[in-house]
Amino acid sequence: MSQSTTDPRAFRAPPRRPLRLSWSDERVRGIVWQVLVVGLLGAVVWWLWSNTVHNLEVRRIATGFGFLRREAGLPIAESLIEYNPTDTYLRALTVGLLNTLKVAVVGIVLATLIGTLVGIARLSRNWLLARLAAIYVEVIRDLPLLLQLLFWYAILQGLPGPRQAMQPVAGIFLSNRGLKMPWVEWQDAHSFALLAFVLGAVGTWLYRRAALQKQMQDGQPRRLWPVALGAMVALPLAVWAAFGAPWTIDWPELRGFNFRGGMTISPEYFALLLGLTLYTAGFIAEIVRAGILAVPQGQWEAAQALGLHPGQVLNRIVLPQALRVIIPPMTSQYLNITKNSSLAVAIGYQDIVSIANTTLNQTGQAIEGIAIIMLVYLTISLSISLFMNWYNARIALVER
Amino acid sequence: MSETLEHIASAARADAPPAIVLDKVNKWFGTMHVLRDVSLNVATGERVVICGPSGSGKSTTIRCINRLESHQEGRILVNGIELTDDVKALDDIRREVGMVFQSFNLFPHLTILENCTLAPIWVRRMPKKEAEALAMDYLTRVRIPEQAKKYPGQLSGGQQQRVAIARALCMKPKIMLFDEPTSALDPEMIKEVLDTMVGLAETGMTMICVTHEMGFARKVADRVVFMDRGEVVEMGTPAQVFENPQTERLKTFLSQILRGH
Repeated sequence: MSQSTTDPRAFRAPPRRPLRLSWSDERVRGIVWQVLVVGLLGAVVWWLWSNTVHNLEVRRIATGFGFLRREAGLPIAESLIEYNPTDTYLRALTVGLLNTLKVAVVGIVLATLIGTLVGIARLSRNWLLARLAAIYVEVIRDLPLLLQLLFWYAILQGLPGPRQAMQPVAGIFLSNRGLKMPWVEWQDAHSFALLAFVLGAVGTWLYRRAALQKQMQDGQPRRLWPVALGAMVALPLAVWAAFGAPWTIDWPELRGFNFRGGMTISPEYFALLLGLTLYTAGFIAEIVRAGILAVPQGQWEAAQALGLHPGQVLNRIVLPQALRVIIPPMTSQYLNITKNSSLAVAIGYQDIVSIANTTLNQTGQAIEGIAIIMLVYLTISLSISLFMNWYNARIALVER
Repeated sequence: MSETLEHIASAARADAPPAIVLDKVNKWFGTMHVLRDVSLNVATGERVVICGPSGSGKSTTIRCINRLESHQEGRILVNGIELTDDVKALDDIRREVGMVFQSFNLFPHLTILENCTLAPIWVRRMPKKEAEALAMDYLTRVRIPEQAKKYPGQLSGGQQQRVAIARALCMKPKIMLFDEPTSALDPEMIKEVLDTMVGLAETGMTMICVTHEMGFARKVADRVVFMDRGEVVEMGTPAQVFENPQTERLKTFLSQILRGH
C-alpha cells in the first residue's frame, strides 16, 4: 500500500554534478569570466579614486562638504521658498532642486495629458485631426530639444517691454518679463481649502471604486456626480468659509520699469516648461498610439458585440491590455523630461544644475558640485522608476 | 431528419415576426462594391447557413447585422428595430444579438468566468452571484465548467471557441451570429465546436452561420444561402442547394469544396 501512495522517486534530491576543472566546462568558464569582470571593474574604480585623491593633494584643493554652510552670495531670480543671497549654499541648492522639481513635475503631468490626446487624435477617423497630430509628432520629434528651447525663449524675449505690455484680459499682462496675473493673498484658509479639495478628490475616487464593486454585487448603478460635487466643491468651500472666507486679490501693477504684485510666470520657466512639455508629448503620443494599436481589433469588436458602451470597452478591455505596453516606455519619458530639464542652463532658468555650477565655480569644489548634481538626479530618477515599477506590477495582467 | 418534424417546425414559425430583415443592402469599402442588393429574411427560430468563396461578402453581411460594419444603402431590421445611426437602437440590438468570431476574441486578461460574466454584469446589470451562476450553467452546457478559473491562453482552440459561444449565450440573445467559427481550428477540434452548435440549434435559437461545413449545414440548416461577389446567388433548403445547384457559380464552388474534402 505504501508503495502505491509514495513514489520513492519523488523524494530524490537532484543530482549534484561535480565541478570539472577544465576550460571546456561551461560552469568553469562562467566563473572565470565573472571573476575577471568584477576584478577589472574594481581596479578601474580604485585607480580613479587614488588618482583623484593624489591630484587634489598635489594642487592643495580642499575637499569635503563644509562649504555648504558658507554664505552663497549668489542671487536667484525665482524661488518657491524664501531666499536671499546671504543664505547658505545649502539653501541655494535647495532652491535649485525645487526649481528642477517645479518644471519636471508640471512637465510630466502636462506632457502626459497632451501626449495622450495627440496619440488618440492620430488614430482618429477624422482625416484632418489625424494628419495634424501626425505633423505635430513628426516635427517635434525631429528637432533637437535645445533648439526648441531657444526658439520658445526667443519668442518670449521678443514680446514688448513692461510699459507696452500686452493685456489680453484686464489685470493679466504679457511682456518680456513674463506673464503677470492677479492672485489671492495666500492665507491658511486657502491652504486648508486646497487640502480639503485634494482629500475630496481622493474620497470621490475611492467612492467610485466602492460603487462599482457594489454594482457588481447587486446590479444597482450609483450616481457619482452628487458625491463628486459635495466632496470636491462644497467641502472646500465650507472649509474656506469656516476660516472667514478671506478674499483679497493681489493685482499686478506697473511701477517704474517693472510690475509689482500678483503672480509671475517667468519667461525662462515658461519657455523651459513649454519646450520640455511639447517635445516629450510628441514621444508620449507615439507610445500611447502603439499601446492602443497593440490591442487587436477583434477585442474591440467582441466587446462591442456584447453590448458594452465605448467607455466600458476602453476601460475594461482595451486600456488594461494597452497599459502594459505603454507603462515601461512611459517611465523612460518621465526620466527624460526630468533629466532634460537640466538644459535650463541654456536659457537662464536657475535649476539645480545652474546653481550647482555657480557654486562649484565660486568654491572651486568641482567634485562635490558634480556629486551633488548626480545625487539629485539619481534620487529623482530612482524615485520615478520605483513608483512606475510598482504601478506596472500592480496593473500587470495575468494571462496564464 | 424526418420530413414531418421539419414541417411542424416551420409551420410553428410561420406566424412569428421575422427576426432579421435585410432589404436591398449595399455597401462599399472605398470604391469596392462589397454588398450588392443583398436581401434576406430570417424568421424567428430559423437556422440559416451562408456559404460562398472568400471575398463573397458573407462575413460582411452578418457583421452588418450588429453594425460592426455599417451599410450605406438599403434597410436592416433586427427584431423589428431598424439599424441606423441611433445609438439607443444599436444598444438594444447588440443586447439581443450574440456573435461568435473566427478568431474567438476572448479577453486574454480575464478568466473564463470573467469573460462570461462581464457583459451580464455591466450591460444587463445583473448581480455578480447571479451572473456567475448563469455563466457556470452555460459553461456546463458547452461542457467545460472545470476551466472556469483559467485564462483563455491556457485553453485549446476548440475550448476557447466553446467559451466564446457560452460568453455570447450569457447575454441571453434571441439571435446568434457565427462568423466562420471553425475555420481557425485544427480538424480534431472542429467536431466539438460543431456539436455545441448543433445542440444550440436544437433549442430553437435563431442562427445565422457563415461556414463551409457542409455536414453541419445539412444537419441543422433550414436554409442555405450561397453568396458570390457581394450578391446572393442562390438560396434554398440544403437539399436544393447542394443536390441541385442552378447556377454555374454554385456548381464551381461546390466542386471546389468537395474536392477539398
